[in-house]
Amino acid sequence: MGVVKLELKGISKAFGSFYANQDIDLVVESGQIHCLLGENGAGKSTLMNVLYGLYEPTAGRILVDGKPMNFRGPGDAMAAGIGMVHQHFMLIPVFTVAENVALGAEPTSPGGILNLEKTRKEIREISERYGFDVDPDALVEDLPVGVQQRVEIIKALVRNAKVLILDEPTAVLTPQETDELLDIMRQLKAAGTSIVFISHKLREVKAVSDVITVIRRGKVVGDAPPTASPTELASMMVGRPVSLSLNKAAAQPGETTFVVRDLTVRAANGTNVVDGISFEIAKGEILAVAGVQGNGQTELTEAILGVQEHVAGSVMLDGKELLGLPVKEVLRSGVGFVPEDRTHDGLVGPFSVAENLVLDLYDQAPFARGVSMSPAKVSGNAEAKIKEFDIRTPSAGSAAGTLSGGNQQKVVMARELSRPLRLFIASQPTRGVDVGSIEFLHRRIIAERDAGTPVMIVSTELDEVAELADRIAVLYKGKLVGIVPAGTPRDTLGLMMAGVGPEGGSNDN
Amino acid sequence: MTTATKPAPVPAGPTTALRPSLKVPVSLGVLSLVALVFFGFLGPSKTAEMKVSEQGDAMELPAILIPGQGGGIALAILLLAMAAYSVYLWSKGERSPKWLPIAFAVVFVFALLVWIVAGAREPSISLAGLIAGSVTLAVPLVFGSLSGVLCERVGVVNIAIEGQLLGGAFTAALVATVTHNAYVGLLAAAAAGALVSMVLAVFSIKYLVNQIIVGVVLNVLVSGLTGFLFGTVMAPDKELFNTPARLDILPIPFLSDIPIIGPILFEQSVAGYLMYVAVAVVWVGLFKTRWGLRVRAVGEHPQAADTLGINVNATRFWNVTLGGAIAGIGGAIFTLVTIDSFTKEISGGRGFIALAALIFGRWNPIGAFLASLLFGFAYNLQSILGIIGTPVPSQFMAMLPYLVTIFAVAGLVGRSRPPAASGIPYVKG
Repeated sequence: MGVVKLELKGISKAFGSFYANQDIDLVVESGQIHCLLGENGAGKSTLMNVLYGLYEPTAGRILVDGKPMNFRGPGDAMAAGIGMVHQHFMLIPVFTVAENVALGAEPTSPGGILNLEKTRKEIREISERYGFDVDPDALVEDLPVGVQQRVEIIKALVRNAKVLILDEPTAVLTPQETDELLDIMRQLKAAGTSIVFISHKLREVKAVSDVITVIRRGKVVGDAPPTASPTELASMMVGRPVSLSLNKAAAQPGETTFVVRDLTVRAANGTNVVDGISFEIAKGEILAVAGVQGNGQTELTEAILGVQEHVAGSVMLDGKELLGLPVKEVLRSGVGFVPEDRTHDGLVGPFSVAENLVLDLYDQAPFARGVSMSPAKVSGNAEAKIKEFDIRTPSAGSAAGTLSGGNQQKVVMARELSRPLRLFIASQPTRGVDVGSIEFLHRRIIAERDAGTPVMIVSTELDEVAELADRIAVLYKGKLVGIVPAGTPRDTLGLMMAGVGPEGGSNDN
Repeated sequence: MTTATKPAPVPAGPTTALRPSLKVPVSLGVLSLVALVFFGFLGPSKTAEMKVSEQGDAMELPAILIPGQGGGIALAILLLAMAAYSVYLWSKGERSPKWLPIAFAVVFVFALLVWIVAGAREPSISLAGLIAGSVTLAVPLVFGSLSGVLCERVGVVNIAIEGQLLGGAFTAALVATVTHNAYVGLLAAAAAGALVSMVLAVFSIKYLVNQIIVGVVLNVLVSGLTGFLFGTVMAPDKELFNTPARLDILPIPFLSDIPIIGPILFEQSVAGYLMYVAVAVVWVGLFKTRWGLRVRAVGEHPQAADTLGINVNATRFWNVTLGGAIAGIGGAIFTLVTIDSFTKEISGGRGFIALAALIFGRWNPIGAFLASLLFGFAYNLQSILGIIGTPVPSQFMAMLPYLVTIFAVAGLVGRSRPPAASGIPYVKG
């Protein structure tokens, strides 16, 4: 089997009455890197799951080299030479690399006894050819995310994939790992593998694609060449002109009121997920905490809020120790908190928008008198907030869980910013939020800063960090690699995210 | 660590240090003091005799004699030393190694045994008999926990082990009586267990009903059904329906005469030998074969297995069915080996103990086997101590297996990790 041309014709996929994909045509020429660009929820992943045989299309056909295909499952897709690296890796953490690669097509000795020697050899060969440096006998859960991704690519290559689908592959990588991945993609292309690259990050798309197809709300908007400008591409994704920069004014830092000293959080397995972190934030200043996901950011913010057990160190706000206080006391001290996972921690999905807007104040005047709540005050508050924050909801009584990601985030943000704050913490403030809402949310955060509140932002997106930060703190393996001023070059930040301090030297241990 | 800005002169609060948990040092310390006071200072004056071999064995070994009070004090000092070591490690900020609580438990149980035996009317016990009897009582538990291992490894929680044991016991008694053939009874028991399991599989895999609820309902259903059939069919005509043919004990010549090991390994019924085979086969199957790799993949990350072309729900269905068949064989032990007929609730909650053994054994066939032996030991100790006449009230002795279960599962040996997708139904997408 040589190079393969892949065609999708009129693909539609409906979930109930909702069309995730509608009449999509796509041609992936052999030996090309074809990018699918679109916002979160535009239907890119659904389309690829149809192509990989995980979903059955409601209508439409898939052709490989002109021959119509009928994929009943991933097995059929693999047999036709299609391989996929999922956004959430399909690796079994407690298995070795070889076991993961072999799974589903295991070489065996007589009697069904596993014989993974052949698989190990194949892994070593591919690993050598592309410079992957993967040990076939390592446990997957012990490997860094970037290496796990290579295991996924090996899995596809061992199965003779001629078309490789990469679903948001850079979401979990450091900038350096991303560059390495882009190199790998170019090598694969040179070796004759076609690649479908799914992303919403304009920079990467422009760097590596041969053709860009933009998808919006389940439909193909059109193709663009990689030479198209970022503004053009963003406008195609969103469907209206967008401005990509905020042009915020410089910070006017005041008195330092928030001080964290030697903050340490120990996880259940005995390791320190936050390890002796010290920093401070002044009034009217935004400190952005950058780092690859899972380097202690979640635990750091939760420790400040008081929902982490096994915490040591000190967290002072306005001269008062917050560590050890109940969460309610911390909130009463003037801490506003936007959690990273709004659907789990930020909202009660089945509750109405109006109820969600008073989750922290429901037991206080004016919303409560004695044991009774005042529904009129609650809905009055909701109407005001819906207007102020431009929350697109059918009514104040609609369940918050039914809103789009961006509007849910506006509900959380509106609630947290409705109290007089002494400290504002927002974790991943725009994750899974449409480009239009991002701009709005960023402006609100900057407005809070300009009102004189110390602000702490946690983000894994360097673009967002660069957009908002007055100073940037970088976390790696629970340790603070360093704090650098805004405007620090991306390369330096990328190295810091891999544990290399801003003045050289590694913090890895 | 480098910071670009200099730290502000704001006073920081007191810094608290993090230390490992005190759970192990404290519990070991308390238990060893209990041992010192009760087994040592208040220990019985008689001497406990522990017989290693029976009269007439091919090799007769001398019995072990341990003075009640002196032995108690000596063992208690050994326990105190282990507790002290644990405290010492804690003070250095280290955790106790895993072998420490296990070694402590073994010595503590031995001290308990010396204390009870030396205080009994007849201060003599056959160690070989104690262990061989433990194995016999453990056989249904081993089959039950193997069933649990097979189901949970593939991602289905099998609370219905009790129902599968009971269904197997009833069917074995009925079929072995009617056909006058114990081996047909054994096969019928496997089929009955598989049938109960299939109901669990269909409802939890196809209809996504909560697995715990289906399991509990199945236990109640099988208990009611066998109780009803026992009352209406078996009890009125015992000769015709409830006098099953027995599975004979088949001692292997010479080998069965080896002291202690002989009766354990080489003096069993077909089902007993089958148990050893089953443990080995399930272990090899799960960890060394293609089938096992797929089974574990489905139990850990079903979506990953699906993307590699493995049929998740079919794998689950057949594994759960196989597990039921194994538990059914375990149930047959009650009516074909241990007791000579079926009675209501003959399994007596051992399905739940098997579940505990599976967790204590960390979802591993060999671990589950060893844990089952421990629980079998507790059951056997209870009955033997009743016979030699201990001063300990019989109600307390009856609690012993369950106390052991609670302490074992409460994590004396630390937290264990179940298959990641256990109990979670798989829905595509």
